[in-house]
Amino acid sequence: MKRWIFFALLAMTWLTPGAGRAQSADEALAALASTSFNTVREGVEALALSGHPRAQAIVAALQNGKLLARADKALFIKNDDGTFAEAATGAPADVPAAALKPVRVNNAVRGAIEAALGVLRLFAPDPTARLQAAEAVFRSRDPAALPALERALVAEKDPKVKLRMDQARAAALLALPSATEPDRLAAVQTLRTRGDIEARSTLGNLTGQSPAVAEAAASAILAIDRTLQLWSVLQSIYYGLSLGSVLLLAAAGLAITFGVMGVINMAHGEMVMIGAYVTFVTQQVIKTNFPALYPANLLFAIPLAFGISGLVGIAIERALIRWLYGRPLETLLATWGLSLMLQQAVRSIFGANNKDVDTPSWMSGATELGGLTLTWNRMYIVLFSVLVLAALMAALRYTSLGLRMRAVTQNRRMAAAMGIRTPWIDALTFGLGSGVAGMAGVALSQIDNVSPNLGQSYIVDSFMVVVFGGVGNLWGTVVGALTLGIVNKFLEPVAGAVLGKIVVLVLLILFIQRRPRGMFPLKGRAVET
Amino acid sequence: MNPILPNVSRRGLVRLGAAAATVAAVGGIKAASAQASGPIKIGILHSLSGTMAISETTLKDVMLMMIEKQNKAGGVLGRKLEAVVVDPASNWPLFAEKARQLISVDKCAATFGCWTSVSRKSVLPVFEELNSILFYPVQYEGQECSRNVFYTGAAPNQQAIPAVDYLWNESKVKRWVLAGTDYVYPRTTNQILEAYLKSKGVAAEDIMVNYTPFGHSDWQNIVASIKKFGSAGKKTAVVSTINGDANVPFYKELGNQGIKATDIPVVAFSVGEEELAGIDTKPLVGHLAAWNYFQSIENADNKQFIADWKAFTKNPKRTTNDPMEAHVIGFNMWVKAVEKAGTVDSDAVIDALIGVSVPNLTGGYSAMMPNHHITKPVLIGEIQADGQFNTVSQTPGTVVAQEWSPYVADTKDLIGDWRAPLSCGAYNVKTKTCSTGKKA
Repeated sequence: MKRWIFFALLAMTWLTPGAGRAQSADEALAALASTSFNTVREGVEALALSGHPRAQAIVAALQNGKLLARADKALFIKNDDGTFAEAATGAPADVPAAALKPVRVNNAVRGAIEAALGVLRLFAPDPTARLQAAEAVFRSRDPAALPALERALVAEKDPKVKLRMDQARAAALLALPSATEPDRLAAVQTLRTRGDIEARSTLGNLTGQSPAVAEAAASAILAIDRTLQLWSVLQSIYYGLSLGSVLLLAAAGLAITFGVMGVINMAHGEMVMIGAYVTFVTQQVIKTNFPALYPANLLFAIPLAFGISGLVGIAIERALIRWLYGRPLETLLATWGLSLMLQQAVRSIFGANNKDVDTPSWMSGATELGGLTLTWNRMYIVLFSVLVLAALMAALRYTSLGLRMRAVTQNRRMAAAMGIRTPWIDALTFGLGSGVAGMAGVALSQIDNVSPNLGQSYIVDSFMVVVFGGVGNLWGTVVGALTLGIVNKFLEPVAGAVLGKIVVLVLLILFIQRRPRGMFPLKGRAVET
Repeated sequence: MNPILPNVSRRGLVRLGAAAATVAAVGGIKAASAQASGPIKIGILHSLSGTMAISETTLKDVMLMMIEKQNKAGGVLGRKLEAVVVDPASNWPLFAEKARQLISVDKCAATFGCWTSVSRKSVLPVFEELNSILFYPVQYEGQECSRNVFYTGAAPNQQAIPAVDYLWNESKVKRWVLAGTDYVYPRTTNQILEAYLKSKGVAAEDIMVNYTPFGHSDWQNIVASIKKFGSAGKKTAVVSTINGDANVPFYKELGNQGIKATDIPVVAFSVGEEELAGIDTKPLVGHLAAWNYFQSIENADNKQFIADWKAFTKNPKRTTNDPMEAHVIGFNMWVKAVEKAGTVDSDAVIDALIGVSVPNLTGGYSAMMPNHHITKPVLIGEIQADGQFNTVSQTPGTVVAQEWSPYVADTKDLIGDWRAPLSCGAYNVKTKTCSTGKKA
C-alpha cells in the first residue's frame, strides 16, 4: 500500500514536468549507485517513472551488467568498445576502469528491471519489442504502470500488441486498490479469455477482493484449469514424441548393427559419444578460425560426426568384430571391453569434465502453440530424427550399397555367390550404423552432457527399443521408440521418474515374454539363418 | 591338545613362545622405526573415473597441491608427506575395498576422500573397524557422527536450512518444490526440509517432492509440472538437491521453457563453480546456490589460494569450489592436530583434532567441534553470467553444525560429543543413553 502511494506520487510528478521531476530522477540515479539491493530496486522503479530521457538506456545497461559506479556514486555506462559514458547525459567520459565497480543486482532488482523496461518500451517502434514490454508489464502486475499502459493502449495499432496490453492493464487493475468492482470483473473476464498459465497465476494471486470478484476469479480459474488439463495431455504426447525421437536417434544405428547384422555391439553408445565430441571439437575449431560460420556449426558437425564415427566403426569391425562373427557372447564381452577403452581414451584426451557444447540461438527458447510450449531444441531433434531415418531408409532401399547390404543379410552365401564381397559389406554396414550413431551424438550434445559417460546412459535404452520394435526392422524401431517415449512420459507424472522407468522395464519384460521377437518380427528365410 | 604340535614338551613350548615373542618384538621395533623415519602417508580416496570423476578429480588435485605445499614447508613432525592415490571408480563397494587397502596395506595415517553419501556409508565400517581417520569434504545430509570421520562439509543446518530461510524472508516464497536425485543425501535432506517447512506452517499441498534417477536427462514434463505448480498464485521456489551432471539438462530445460529466476528461483545445494563450467550460464542468471565458500569471495587468502591452484594445475581457467575449501581446512586441521599430538597415531590425533581452529578462505576461522563437524559461515549466491556466484547473503558469524536434525522426530534428542567422558556419537539427552552413532 505504502509502495503504491509512493508510485502514485511519482506518477504525478511525472505528469507535472519541472523541478520535482528532475529531483526525483537525480535521487533515483543516486539510489542506483547504492550497494543495498533494496535501494537499487527502488532506484530502478523511480527511474522508470521519472521520465528521464536516458532512463531506458540506464536500466538496460544495468540489466546487462554494464552500469558501473564510482566511489563518489557517479554512474557510468560501459560501451561495447570498452569506453565509458556518463550515465545521466550519455557524454563520453574518461575514467580509469579500475575506479569503477559494476552495480550489483539480485533477483528482486532483476524483477524491477524487467518491469521498468516493460513500461519504458511500451512505446518502442518495433511491435515485437512492444509485445514483450506488454508481457513484462503483465507479469509485474504493477498498478504504477497503469498510466503508461493507458496512453500506450490509445496509441497502439497492432491488434496482437493491443490485446496483450489490455491483459496487462487487467492484471494491473486487479492490483489497484481504488479500482471499481465492474472494472475488476471486466479484468477477471479478460484474464479468463487469455486462459494460460500466467493468467491462472495472476488470478490465483488475488487477495482481498469483494465476494463477487472473488467468485468470478474462482470460476475463471476452474475454467482455465479445465482447458490447461486438455492441453497437458497434448503436451505429454509431444514430450513423448520428443523423448521417442531421441531414443530413435540413439537406436537407429543399433538397428543396423544389431538388427540387421546381429552383432551385439556394447560399444554402440561410445559411437554416439564420439559424435558428441566431434561436435565439440568442430565448434571449437569454427569458433577460433571461422567465427562467421559459427551459427551454422552444427551443420558442419553432422557430416563430420557421421564420417568419423563411421570410420571408427569400420576400424572396429575390421580389427575386432569380424573375428567374432557367430560368437555372440565373445562379441558382447569384447565390445564391452572396447567401450570401456574408448571411454577412458576420451577421458584421457579431453579430461573427465563435461564439455560445454553451445546451443545455437536458433535452437534455444520455445514457442507457444495454443497451450503447448514447444522448445526449439526438441523440435529440431524431432525433425532431425525424421530426416536421419528417411535418409537411412532411402540409403538401404535405393543405393547399390543398400541393395548389397540387404542381399548379404537375407542370404549371405547366395550374395557371395553373386560376387558381392561380403566381408566389405559387413564392414560398411557396421560403419553405416556407427555413423548414424555419431549423428545421434550431435543431437544429444544439445540436450545432454557431453562427457565420456554419455554413451552409457543410452546403450540400455537403445537395445530396449530395438528388441521391443523387432530385430531387423527399421519401422519396428520407429514404432518402438515412439511407444516407449510416450508411455514413459505418461507414466512419469503419475509414478515419478524413477518408478516410471521401472514400470516401463517391467512392461517390456512381460511383452518380450509373450512376443520374444518384438512387435514386428522379421519373417522369411533370414530368420532361420 | 594342540593338533599341530603334538610332541612338544612344556619346556619346549616355553622356549618356542619366547622365540616368537622376540621375533615379534624385533619386527615391531623394525616397523616402528620405519614408520618414524619414513614419510607419513596420506590416502586420497576419490573417484578418478566413472560418473563422479567430474567432481572428485578436482579434490584429488587439491590434496596433491596441499601435500606438495606442506612438504616444501618442511613436512609434518620433520617427516615428509606422501600421497597414496587410489581410484575407487565411482563404484561404492570398491570404495570400501580401496579404503581397506589404504589403511592396512599402505598404512596411511589419514585419508581424505568420498563425495557421495553412499560412498561414505560404504567406507564407514572400514574406518571404524581399523580405527583410522577419514576427512569427508562434501555437504551432506547429517544424521551421522562417527568417531573416525571428520565432516568438513556442511550439515543441513549449515546449508539447506539457511537457504530456505533466505527465500522465505527475502523472496517471500510460500510454495516449495523439493527436487532431488534419488539417493540417500537428497532423500534425507528433503525429509528434514519438509519437516522444517511444516514447522513453519507450510501446508502439505504447498510442498511438491520429486525424485529423478542419477544422470536424468529428459526434464521436459518435470519442468512443466514445476511451472504448473508455480502458477497457483503464491511465490514458488525450487530447492534442488539434484546431484551431478543431471543439473545441466535441468537448467537448460528451465531456460528453454522460459522459467526465469525472477519467476521461480532455484536454489541448489550441489551446483558449484565446477558444475557451472560445463553450462552456458546466461539463462541461469539469478538462480541461487547455498555454500560455505564461493570462488568470488574477495580476500587475500582466497586470492592466494586461487592463484596457487591455477599455477599448480597449469590451467588459468580452473575454478575453485566449496568441497575444495573443505579439504584445505581439513588438511590444515590434521597438520595442526598431528603437531599438537606429536604423533600420527589415530587415537591421539582424533582427540587432538577437537578444538583445532584454522583460517578458512572466506576471511574467518573454522573450528573442529566435539561432534567432529566444523563451524562454517553460510553464503547464498546468485549465479552470474560468467559462471561465478554473486554473494547476496552471508551469516554474520560461523554456524555450528547440527549433526542430528532437530526437525526429525527420531533424532531430535540426539547429540554427538566425542570428548571424554561422553565419547558418544549419538547421545540421547532425554534418556541419557548412548547409541552407536552410526544410525539413530
